[in-house]
Amino acid sequence: MRLINREPSRPVAIGLALLPFIALILAYVIASQIRLAENPSDKLLPSLATMGESMWNIAFVPDRRSGDLLFWVDTLASLQRLFIGLFISGAIALFVGCLAGFFPYARSFFAPFVAAFSLVPPITILPILFITLGLGEAAKIGLVVIGTTPAMIRSLAQAILAIPEEELVKAQTLGASSWQIITRIFLPQVWPVLLAALRIGLIPAWIFLVSAEAIASTEGLGYRIFLVRRYLAMDIILPYVAWITLLAYLTDRMFAWASRVLFPWAHLKGGGL
Amino acid sequence: MSFVAVSDLYKSYGPAPILERVSLQVPRGEFVTIVGASGCGKSTFLRMLLGQEQPDRGRIAVEGMPIPGEPGPDRGVVFQKYSVFPHLTVLQNLLLPAEIEKSPWLGRLFGESRKTAKAEAEALMEKIGLSHAAKRYPAQLSGGMQQRLAIAQALLKKPKILLLDEPFGALDPGIRQDMHELIGEIWREHAMTIFMVTHDIQEAFKLGTRLLVFDKVRHDPQHPGAYGATITYDLKLNKPAIASGNGPDESEAMPGDAAKEEAIP
Repeated sequence: MRLINREPSRPVAIGLALLPFIALILAYVIASQIRLAENPSDKLLPSLATMGESMWNIAFVPDRRSGDLLFWVDTLASLQRLFIGLFISGAIALFVGCLAGFFPYARSFFAPFVAAFSLVPPITILPILFITLGLGEAAKIGLVVIGTTPAMIRSLAQAILAIPEEELVKAQTLGASSWQIITRIFLPQVWPVLLAALRIGLIPAWIFLVSAEAIASTEGLGYRIFLVRRYLAMDIILPYVAWITLLAYLTDRMFAWASRVLFPWAHLKGGGL
Repeated sequence: MSFVAVSDLYKSYGPAPILERVSLQVPRGEFVTIVGASGCGKSTFLRMLLGQEQPDRGRIAVEGMPIPGEPGPDRGVVFQKYSVFPHLTVLQNLLLPAEIEKSPWLGRLFGESRKTAKAEAEALMEKIGLSHAAKRYPAQLSGGMQQRLAIAQALLKKPKILLLDEPFGALDPGIRQDMHELIGEIWREHAMTIFMVTHDIQEAFKLGTRLLVFDKVRHDPQHPGAYGATITYDLKLNKPAIASGNGPDESEAMPGDAAKEEAIP
């Protein structure tokens, strides 16, 4: 049988999926052991045990100065900023994207501006945000919003434009008013697109969140990574990176699951990720 | 006065005329099939009857009144595809017309009124053979089932005129036969006036009481887009409008202008 026609069985597929992860961890452990054998106080590739110990201390032993469990304080602060930011950008995108999708006048008004604005590198706006909004939460959330909104607006407006005109005409022949067409035909078809846009927005959202935290913050996952960098504390940085990745993955899965449960009709064609 | 009167219609897209000098009188209860080459403007003609597009010149009147400039519930439509709403199940699709009519703000019905609408929808599902698929979404239906749903949904508003734009064009021949029977039954039962655009000339002869052929009369070989199409053949097919016996307005179905049988050019 040709290779292109061979499909792995389920256990084989799971095994193949796990292989790169196992290989990465194995490679790390070997490299770490080689370095530590030469110099037991090497900080660059700490052993898994050292990482576990450091993480235990930061997660379950109260900080000597503040008495906080730093790992959970960081996680909570970052997730809070991330979700507030995504909520705001989702709301803006829904509003502007729908206007631009429904009404040609609104499209002419918004489209060029959104296209131009989306090309401004968001990180260059960060100093402006710090100057105008101060170093508090608003600036960090603002950066997440600015970094994710333009792309979300565009994908929502695009999705509304992609609704076939036939549906619009058919609704009119059923006697629907403009309001009923928007609330019963358009909006229900926009919700799953909003969830998909939020999933895509997750990646830039994390990038800008960590950047903002790195520059000015007193807690947060990004803040911690850049703080302990000064002490070459790879035993904290590496687990934090893995933790951020896991959080991003779980958030993405959560949105995907919510979309499938709430809008089953939107997941009938093709597989999708 | 004819039920549908089209007089001297002209339509162009930009500088290119699509239709010119289209005039037509259609009595109530006629099943008009429309054929013609691709791009000859037959779908444009249907969209103008629908109110989705406006003629540049000429007028279309139904029962003596010019049609409004937008689609409305007196003219139902079934397209080749996208005629049903993908985010609604079969049952929800069939409930939608009642919900739209009776609940202007929420677009949803509750309690007794919902029960009534549901009973009507269920009766209709039974009739078109979709009861077993009530909870399925259109993407989970075959092409034939989707079109049956689309026709049923359009019928719920009891339109006086039903416009069909190649409704069976994407279906298998066997399924198409079934659909022909269904649409024939519906036409006789509801005493509707139907305009149907099709690519299938056999279908046009089989279903219609009257066959219109759209084509260009004038050609400029140097400038193929110079002239628009018009009705070149207007054939009265050899059957009465609304099959005799059960048509409610048989008398009207024998048009005074049946003499217009000859080819126009």
